[in-house]
Amino acid sequence: MSLRHHITRPLIEQNPITLQILGICSALAVTTSLTTALTMSVALTLVLCGSAAVISLIRHHIPGSIRLIVQITIIASMVIVIDEFLQAYAFQISQRLSIFVGLIVTNCLVLGRAEAFAMRNPVLPSVLDGLGNGLGYSLILLIVGAIRELLGAGTLMGRTILTTQAEGGWFQPLDLMQLAPSAFFIIALLIWVIRTVWTRQVETTEYPLRTGAERRQP
Amino acid sequence: MPSPMALWRAFLARPNDDRIKTFGIAVLVALVSAVVVSVTSVTLQPLQEAHLEAERQARIEAMLDTLPGMRALMEEAGVDALETRIVSLSDGRFAPEIDPASYDMRAAAELPETSIALPPEADVAGLKRRANFAPVYLLQRDGDLMLVVLPVHGTGYQSTIRAMLALEPDLNTVAALTVTEQGETPGLGARIEEPDWQALWPGKEIADQTGRIEIRVVRGEASGPHQVDGISGATRTGNGITNMLQFWLGEYGYAPFLDRLEREGL
Repeated sequence: MSLRHHITRPLIEQNPITLQILGICSALAVTTSLTTALTMSVALTLVLCGSAAVISLIRHHIPGSIRLIVQITIIASMVIVIDEFLQAYAFQISQRLSIFVGLIVTNCLVLGRAEAFAMRNPVLPSVLDGLGNGLGYSLILLIVGAIRELLGAGTLMGRTILTTQAEGGWFQPLDLMQLAPSAFFIIALLIWVIRTVWTRQVETTEYPLRTGAERRQP
Repeated sequence: MPSPMALWRAFLARPNDDRIKTFGIAVLVALVSAVVVSVTSVTLQPLQEAHLEAERQARIEAMLDTLPGMRALMEEAGVDALETRIVSLSDGRFAPEIDPASYDMRAAAELPETSIALPPEADVAGLKRRANFAPVYLLQRDGDLMLVVLPVHGTGYQSTIRAMLALEPDLNTVAALTVTEQGETPGLGARIEEPDWQALWPGKEIADQTGRIEIRVVRGEASGPHQVDGISGATRTGNGITNMLQFWLGEYGYAPFLDRLEREGL
């Protein structure tokens, strides 16, 4: 597999959110506006690349029995460092992201890539894989964030796009978009669209529903 | 005696399931991570604190803006900011020997020589220790008190809530309550930061005729001058605010200071 593939594959084909359904928690929580979604995306991508680099670098010396602890220690330290930087240089945004930067530690995506890829591959492919997965995650987050902010508040990055009725325009904001369930709906619609186009992603049914004559009588 | 480099190579050459190597790697990873985290934290702390301080100032300013006529009053009094004074909490007297600009109540509360340990039965707000001195913010005109702002803090559901309580000159009517810092559940308890909720506070009364501190956040709808509507789904945050006010308006809080103000004036 060429190096370029490490970045392009996770964008849609192997997207962490829409195919692997990882990192949903933060995708719900921080996508009420595009700014927070963007900050979270950058933070997660940095953690993914950084942890992939460090873990890949020392992968030959990580004892198998404590590998998850070592990985999570490295990831957690990077998350704390990034959180500290946000609090120092982007205070307003860090206040809005509140605990969700810290929760990058528990994002299955980060540990998943460390365990599945960085533990077994050289530094460069690992970093590119981290970058690719980070970008795949960011892509979905930004789409969801843009839809939620535009329909929920009529703004993008805080700038007014659709003037709301409260400010004398015509647009009636959809309050639902400010609530977490709307992110589920948008992600579900995205998954539907993606699997309609890339039919290979459609999973086979493990337990088909039996209907009609096949139906077992109680 | 082998050189350190040779020892290091010998350590790395050990098999990965070796006990010494497992232990060594664990210690090394923990050590390096701890150093990285500590260095970042210590280096960036001044910047972060500057942000918090600016935020606190901005909230006091915003609180002044919510009080009707307060700006006009300040203009009349010829001041553009509130006056900060340090108060000794034990006897309620001003402590002019302490410079308000450099006094840090939060740091003082952690040191044994500048704070007292609270007896458990009095520590309703879950503070454990309380600083001996506290800054208060005053607005006066011709020697008459127009507004006094008291910084308060207490334990909420999952964080320490910090707030500013502004009192009218009668020292029993709330002029405003502004939450300056909290880390409660986003969407539930964190809504104590919303102006809509804080707008419920002005006009509430602290104590009843007998002097008992009655002000509280209630579940559901408030009735009477001492109660404030709680936020549904955030009962424990509301209780945290109640306890915080109970403590800070009580004998270990600002009661000696408020009593003295009432008796003697400024």
